[in-house]
Amino acid sequence: MHGLAFDIAHLLAGGLVLVSFMLLYQDRLYALLNIFALHALVLALSVAWQAFVQDAPHLYVTAAIALVFKAIVIPVVLHRIIQRLGIHREIENVVGIGLTMLAGVGLVALSLAVMLRVTAEAAPLAREDMAFALSVVLLGLLIMVTRRNAVSQVVGFMSLENGLVLAAAGAKGMPLVVEISVAFSILIAFIVIGIFLFRIRERFDTVDVQALDRYRGERQ
Amino acid sequence: MSGLPLHPATLVLLIPLATASLLALLPSYRLTARLNTLAALATLAAAVSLLVDDPPAPGHYLLVDELNIVFIVLSTFVGFTTSVFSASYIAHELAIERLTPKYLRFYHAMYQMLMFAMNLALLADNIGLMWVAIEIATLTTVLMVGIYRTHEALEAAWKYFILGSVGIALALFGTILVYMAARPVIGEGLDAMVWTVLLGHAAAFDPALLDVAFVFLLLGYGTKVGLAPVHAWLPDAHAEGPTPISAVLSGLLLNVALYAVLRFKLLLSGNPEALAPGPLMVTMGLVSLVFAAFMLYRRRDIKRMFAYSSIEHMGIITFAFGLGGPLANFAGLLHMVMHSLTKSAIFFAVGHIAQIKGTQKIADIRGLTETNPWLGWGLVVGVVAISGLPPLGIFMSEFLIVSSNFAREPLLAIPLVSGLLIAFGALLLRLNGLAFGEPTGSTAPAEASYVPMFAHLALVLAGGLYLPPPLVLWFQHVAGMLH
Repeated sequence: MHGLAFDIAHLLAGGLVLVSFMLLYQDRLYALLNIFALHALVLALSVAWQAFVQDAPHLYVTAAIALVFKAIVIPVVLHRIIQRLGIHREIENVVGIGLTMLAGVGLVALSLAVMLRVTAEAAPLAREDMAFALSVVLLGLLIMVTRRNAVSQVVGFMSLENGLVLAAAGAKGMPLVVEISVAFSILIAFIVIGIFLFRIRERFDTVDVQALDRYRGERQ
Repeated sequence: MSGLPLHPATLVLLIPLATASLLALLPSYRLTARLNTLAALATLAAAVSLLVDDPPAPGHYLLVDELNIVFIVLSTFVGFTTSVFSASYIAHELAIERLTPKYLRFYHAMYQMLMFAMNLALLADNIGLMWVAIEIATLTTVLMVGIYRTHEALEAAWKYFILGSVGIALALFGTILVYMAARPVIGEGLDAMVWTVLLGHAAAFDPALLDVAFVFLLLGYGTKVGLAPVHAWLPDAHAEGPTPISAVLSGLLLNVALYAVLRFKLLLSGNPEALAPGPLMVTMGLVSLVFAAFMLYRRRDIKRMFAYSSIEHMGIITFAFGLGGPLANFAGLLHMVMHSLTKSAIFFAVGHIAQIKGTQKIADIRGLTETNPWLGWGLVVGVVAISGLPPLGIFMSEFLIVSSNFAREPLLAIPLVSGLLIAFGALLLRLNGLAFGEPTGSTAPAEASYVPMFAHLALVLAGGLYLPPPLVLWFQHVAGMLH
């Protein structure tokens, strides 16, 4: 039984890393949002599995938040916003997809090398979870840096945050996990409301962050 | 809190929280501005009474010890004086219709919310709670930075939001790693996230895990301190938000983030096999100092210039704490207090100056000492203080930092002293243009409240001339705690 529990946890956490890679090479906003919904779904399954394995019922709440809020509500709202703002076009990448994927592979290798070494004494389940979680966090950062578009930066941030929730769920018996996932949901809700309320398009004519650079720094 | 529902520590949290919800409901801006000041004063009173009250036994969530009392008293004091300044600043913004009464209601509620979040972060005895508090503080300041809703304000808020979020995300990962390190020793559950418990068992933690955790925490909370590689949000957020918020950001929020770094540094130095946190902090501090010193020369916006000066000083403070030892820690604490007081005084002056002149461009502001002697000379004293000239307080603390540095690591004094001198030159160069020469722009008298600014400057001057022995004793004690 223990072997199976471990294998499934491993499969789900590994799946999250894989979906992170899928986020990396999307070049259309709608596709990006759909993949993100998948990302949140895998996270919800993974956290629910941890709740079951660790016999920690409060983690089911975190899984439910991930499922309802991040896999359904946020993608739907972002879809609407994109429609309303009329920006359903291709995403501009700063660097080519091949190079981004290579960098992603490098980051995953790095996080495995670091985390597996420093957690040598931890339980194998927690160990692998932390290594995968750090990979997801770093890939999220990579998405944020390689995209110029505000919506895809937000998606990058949300996938990064999914990695953190995975880490928190994997650290056995960690208190405040539910509170932290609620706090993060509020943060994300703020960002999404921010995109809409501030009407970045109206203010900046485009949601392309590159256009914001014109205003950066000193104004003459 | 251990059976004391109305202990000052709880009051320091409850007053801002209750006022925040009340202010969100009240429509009249005159009333809310007064109530804001009143609540800040009450919080200050509660914070001061922490000094005489016996600290309660540390609980699972809250902790009162000598280290955080210094931060709380400073925080609530600057919070109070800024609320006095804010009342007169806001009245002008309303008169020129840059802000509407609806936004003001929101502004005052957010101000108290920020005070609550900062006090919670300082009082937290739980690394998870501290993280949540710093996240709330980030959110409220993001909202306040964007309150003018101009191109620049929104861009600054967005940049701050994204960088701040990444910062706190990294900090959370570090927090989880600390828990992972503590769990095998302390056991599962809440205890493994409580400061006092963590500190007691630090020696038994897995050193490798602690090392990685500290790197994440330093980068994460360091983003909020405004340390050099991850400082990019800071100048924009200072320049585009309302000036009272710039004062609170520079004077308080940066300190709160630094406090978090210091707590984790204590944890690491409790473990003999973990990496020494000092050199990392020294490096980041020096890089921030030298980088910001050079950037000061190219500033054309007055608030942006003082924002870079904040990066410079946070660099100096981080350097001092990274160096460690009783003298450097003492100097670091003193420098932090003096910097908070001086920088917020400067922002009080700059806020009114920008209102009178209708611009923040340095080139368009000249001859302030002639047109507005009080503000002009206040700014002169403030800038002289911040650039580290005697007899003001910052000279004293910088002198202590440099001399302890010479005694311990003479080679590091080269970048430190050259950074200080470069920044000194830039500030005095700009000050000359701002304060003296042919006056330009509007010469209308300011409807300013001078009391907060001069109160701060008087304290900084007093600190440079004479430090009362009880204060020295208190700071020495805290410096001893910090290793």
